[in-house]
Amino acid sequence: MVETLRTEEILVNMGPQHPSTHGVLRILLKTDGEWVREAHPYIGYLHRCKEKIGENVTYIQFTPYTDRLDYLGAVNNNVGWAMAVERLAKIEVPPRAAWLRVLGCELNRIASHLLSYGTFGMEAGAFTPFFYGFRERETLLSIFDKLCGARLTYHYGRIGGVMRDLSPDMAADIRAFLDDMERKWVEYNDLLSDNEIFIHRTANVGVIPAELAIAYGLTGPPLRGSGVAHDIRRAEPYACYDQLDWEVCIGCGLKGTVGDTWDRYWVRMLEILQSVKICRQVLDGLPDGPYQAKVPRVLKVPANEVYFRTEAPRGELAFYLISDGTDKPWRCRIRGPSFCNLSILQEIVRDCLLADAVMIVGSIDVVMGEVDR
Amino acid sequence: MEAKEIHETLKGRLPEAVLEFRTDTMDPIIVIEPAHIQAVVTFLRDDPALRFEMLQLVTGVDWRDRFEVVYHLTSLTHGHRIALKAVLPHDNPHIASVAGIFPTANWHERETYDLMGIVFDGHPDPRRIFMPDDWEGHPLRKDYVFPDAYHGIPGNFEG
Repeated sequence: MVETLRTEEILVNMGPQHPSTHGVLRILLKTDGEWVREAHPYIGYLHRCKEKIGENVTYIQFTPYTDRLDYLGAVNNNVGWAMAVERLAKIEVPPRAAWLRVLGCELNRIASHLLSYGTFGMEAGAFTPFFYGFRERETLLSIFDKLCGARLTYHYGRIGGVMRDLSPDMAADIRAFLDDMERKWVEYNDLLSDNEIFIHRTANVGVIPAELAIAYGLTGPPLRGSGVAHDIRRAEPYACYDQLDWEVCIGCGLKGTVGDTWDRYWVRMLEILQSVKICRQVLDGLPDGPYQAKVPRVLKVPANEVYFRTEAPRGELAFYLISDGTDKPWRCRIRGPSFCNLSILQEIVRDCLLADAVMIVGSIDVVMGEVDR
Repeated sequence: MEAKEIHETLKGRLPEAVLEFRTDTMDPIIVIEPAHIQAVVTFLRDDPALRFEMLQLVTGVDWRDRFEVVYHLTSLTHGHRIALKAVLPHDNPHIASVAGIFPTANWHERETYDLMGIVFDGHPDPRRIFMPDDWEGHPLRKDYVFPDAYHGIPGNFEG
């Protein structure tokens, strides 16, 4: 009798206003009851014409705009942009600035992954991890507030160096936070990672095989969750990453299959610990000296082009910058990692339950700011 | 492998596709003939010595008198990377789509079409990606003029 029941496929709009889409993302789901047959992402709701603006403001004026690309990893964006411009303008950055940039980037990575942890737990229906993650994130945001006067869009990385130097009491605050973070990480782990319900929701769900991940240009935790040990901080080190001791975290299918949703979550958890390790080494080995190089007020960059990439919390953030000899870029192309990471949704969210679709979107962890720019 | 060797290997296999090897830019660029883009990209991906498995970015650049489409590829196996450039005429720019070879290119080419107006022949899903479907013009072009109104919503606020 059930087999002869007439069912229809319904088109359901997930978004653009939706708590689980990580921003203004619209996913058109073709559903057959509770089963999602196809998913079609529609983007562009947060398109703010960054690339056009980049052609109309100076290099120095564009730096605050980069904060707002991946607004959860603002320092990484600043540093990526600043280093691309410095390559073209042949500006030499003092060593202290390079080390402070790494500190800013890694603390930002912890903040970003904490948010990802909290919201991912919430998408599975667990409300407590959100508050736990945000408790540590709040300490971190206060540290950033002391360091650069902002809680989200830091504008800490500047062309030629960083915005402000690290004072001894800020360093003490950061050390206290790092010690606390390591203790609290154990709590987060106990709360979510081995939780039976969480494992049921995430293990063997949304498996992305390594070849598919590479073919779709995935980078960051989604690529490393599929077992591919590719991290730009190791492959093409920038700032002082080659002088520090840390490990690339990959997923190994601990709870299910390699490349499932749990693996992508686990890579982010491990990366929090690695970032803590890096930050400690930076604080211990911070060289003396100036924190900014002399950069002219009107920065004219000789005509050239460069493709400079960094490892942002969500993957490979790259700037393809073409200069024409004036103080404004000719072409300011931004490769947001979430743009490529999101494109795999059509391929992966097929013949799965609606609840799984939500978990898959959460595990890819996109920020629409860098998808739409 | 150094960029020079990559260029020589490519030129050895597809001599009619390679036009120029530029070393004056920060990263070396191989300028290729647009008509052969699919053959070049397939060879770069599949040749065991090159193995460029990942396409990082497809960019459209408007130089006022011409368009350029730039492809950045990376090899995870060998650790090298390369940039390819194809120069297209300014009126009616067309190039074959590489979305069938690198699925990443699907969205990147849609973006380049949407914002630059470069048409990718054979693309499986040739629609705009950021702008609304009924938008006129290609915003990132250097000669683009913002419309005065869109469905009654005022545009330019000059003066």
